Amino acid sequence: MTPNLHLWLIPLLPLAGAAINGLFGRRFSRRAVSSIALGFCGAAFAMALWVVAQFSALSLPYSEYFAPWIRAGSFQADFAFYLDQLSLVMLLVVTGVGFLIHIYSVGYMWEEGGFYRFFSYLNLFMFFMLTLVLANNYLLMFIGWEGVGLASYLLIGFWFTKDSAVAAGKKAFIVNRIGDFGFLIALFLLIKHFGSLNFVQVFHRIAPLRPETTGAGLLTAIGLLLMVGAAGKSAQIPLYVWLPDAMEGPTPVSALIHAATMVTAGVYMVARSHVILDRAPMALMVVAIIGTLTALFAATIGVAQTDIKKVLAYSTISQLGYMFMACGVAAYSAGIFHLMTHAFFKGLLFLAAGSVIHAVGGEQDMRKMGGLRTKIPWTFWTMTAATFAIAGFWPFAGFFSKDEILWQASRVSFVYWGIGVFTAFLTSFYMFRLWFLTFFGEYRGEAKAAHGGGEHQAGIHESPKLMLAPLVILAVLSVCGGWVGSVRFERFLTPVLQAGSGASVSNVSTNALASANERKDEVSSETLLTAVALGAAALGLYLAFLMYYQRPQLPDQIAASLGGFYDAVVHKYYVDDLYATLFVKPLLDASTRILWQGIDRDVIDAAVDNGADGAREISDSVRHMQSGNLRSYAGWIAAGAAGVIAYMVWMGTR
Amino acid sequence: MVPLSYYLILSGILFACGVTGFLIKRNIITIFLSIELMLNGANLSFVAFAAQWHALSGQVFVFFVMVVAAAEAAVGLAIIIAVFRTRETLNVDRVNLLKL
Repeated sequence: MTPNLHLWLIPLLPLAGAAINGLFGRRFSRRAVSSIALGFCGAAFAMALWVVAQFSALSLPYSEYFAPWIRAGSFQADFAFYLDQLSLVMLLVVTGVGFLIHIYSVGYMWEEGGFYRFFSYLNLFMFFMLTLVLANNYLLMFIGWEGVGLASYLLIGFWFTKDSAVAAGKKAFIVNRIGDFGFLIALFLLIKHFGSLNFVQVFHRIAPLRPETTGAGLLTAIGLLLMVGAAGKSAQIPLYVWLPDAMEGPTPVSALIHAATMVTAGVYMVARSHVILDRAPMALMVVAIIGTLTALFAATIGVAQTDIKKVLAYSTISQLGYMFMACGVAAYSAGIFHLMTHAFFKGLLFLAAGSVIHAVGGEQDMRKMGGLRTKIPWTFWTMTAATFAIAGFWPFAGFFSKDEILWQASRVSFVYWGIGVFTAFLTSFYMFRLWFLTFFGEYRGEAKAAHGGGEHQAGIHESPKLMLAPLVILAVLSVCGGWVGSVRFERFLTPVLQAGSGASVSNVSTNALASANERKDEVSSETLLTAVALGAAALGLYLAFLMYYQRPQLPDQIAASLGGFYDAVVHKYYVDDLYATLFVKPLLDASTRILWQGIDRDVIDAAVDNGADGAREISDSVRHMQSGNLRSYAGWIAAGAAGVIAYMVWMGTR
Repeated sequence: MVPLSYYLILSGILFACGVTGFLIKRNIITIFLSIELMLNGANLSFVAFAAQWHALSGQVFVFFVMVVAAAEAAVGLAIIIAVFRTRETLNVDRVNLLKL
């Protein structure tokens, strides 16, 4: 008998926090607002830890029914929660990292206006994200999915007086809509053909089906549509454009939503739907190709960015590409493993970047930083841990997960592996570029000369302890988070990720199962591959060292020699401009000409206006009958009576 | 015996005179008289039909009309006096305060 876990409390706790702060927070002091937000979020984290403590006693997967929702014929979707190894990992990552970032935000946002609003949104985000993770059917997951989009929109546009922030929020929302459209169609297809959205039921009904190895069928269609949804939320090609702009939001938001948790929802969804994708090799291949291309594409853009947060944003897209690459080669556990380590080190990178920005008074351009190593040592050391982790150096967390992904990818195709290693090199290069530019060399802030060196130097200060504590905890996790080992992690997730893959399932998915046994034979080749990947990372470090520490004039020379290509990279391959000309402008023009000036103004408005004008003209002529003149009234009555008589006579003679 | 149509024609003429007088006269008292003329035109046709069909209801009707006309005359004359007191005229064209 499994104990009752009261899973429903986990999402509802942050919702209560959001409601209290959102409704009454305006009257509370900052201390009260922050303790409410932290209290409810911390309670959710404590609940999650308690669930982990109960974990061994549970018979997984554990389901919990909360309340009925939609019942239509045989179709049924309820407020019900579902816990298995996969959602447990997500639960811990979301509540844990989320709680740390809440703590950090208290320090970071202390001076900002709208303090209560910020924490209300942040708690709201936690609610939706936990709903997404714990849902036991696709529809409830979709609610969470849309809800995190809403919270993301609200938080990107948090500084709503800034035009660029508002525009970025709208862009994120609209681009996500395109993905959600695909997701919705996939859900409709599932309802139509499998009559349910419940994970257990859907997968149970799909399990006996054969993989669609020849040609594309229903499962391929569903898989591809789910991928469209995932590409929107997780910022993959071609829907990644919103994520860099999303950096307009406050930095803790970038850390929580746009790096650690929300953007990984797509990966979670793909891993959750692995039963469908396992039977649709073509969809799986598309996932792998999109992931690989995104990883490479975003990494190249990241190399030329100068805004510290933009570099991290492109790096996030690139790392998400890795996760999709892993899912695409049916190594879901590797993808989820990377998701977890990425949440640690990317969350940390953003928080540390926020700390740097805080220290230099809001400056985000790396060209105006430098030499901060001694001024903000705590930030420096934690960021160093994260940088080494993301670059994939042993024994930091990123090494284990990235290595696992690359190894799994190499088993499917060496093309994926090759691009993956090259991306790892680029990752290492742009991260160390950021590291050297920010922390080494001379301080290049412009204000220094104007105000006199000493005074301004004193202005660069370490962040308060409230902000440093999460940094340190995350740094420890970034270092140690990978030590759990990919094999043990994979074994932990096996009950979920092997569920429903029977004997008929394609080789691709059984690869993972067999991998533990085959591992011994492949140790030598794996070691070689690992060495190559490490070499790539080291090369990236060396090049960054050479270009941004030893010979700072070198980058400009290289940029000049590359010419047009460099320009294209700096301008993000003109993708934004391309989308603007291809989609945004035609859509705006068509809306303006046809929908607004054509339909709205000439048809709808015209109908209303002309109707009103006509009524006024008619009544204007009729009202003259009521002249106040007694004899004219009598005349009208007499004329009316005469009319009636004439009608009766006419009727009578007929 | 005088045929029914004679009575009816006379009744129609009386009524038409009343309507015409109502429409063309401006003096309130004349208009009032025209109304009485119309009522009596109607009364005449009632009694004519009653005599023709030997039905008492027509005659009863006439009594009703007379009673109502008497009551109306009392109220109407009172109004006329009130109007004359305030506006010092009996011309209906100048009693048009309700005009838009």
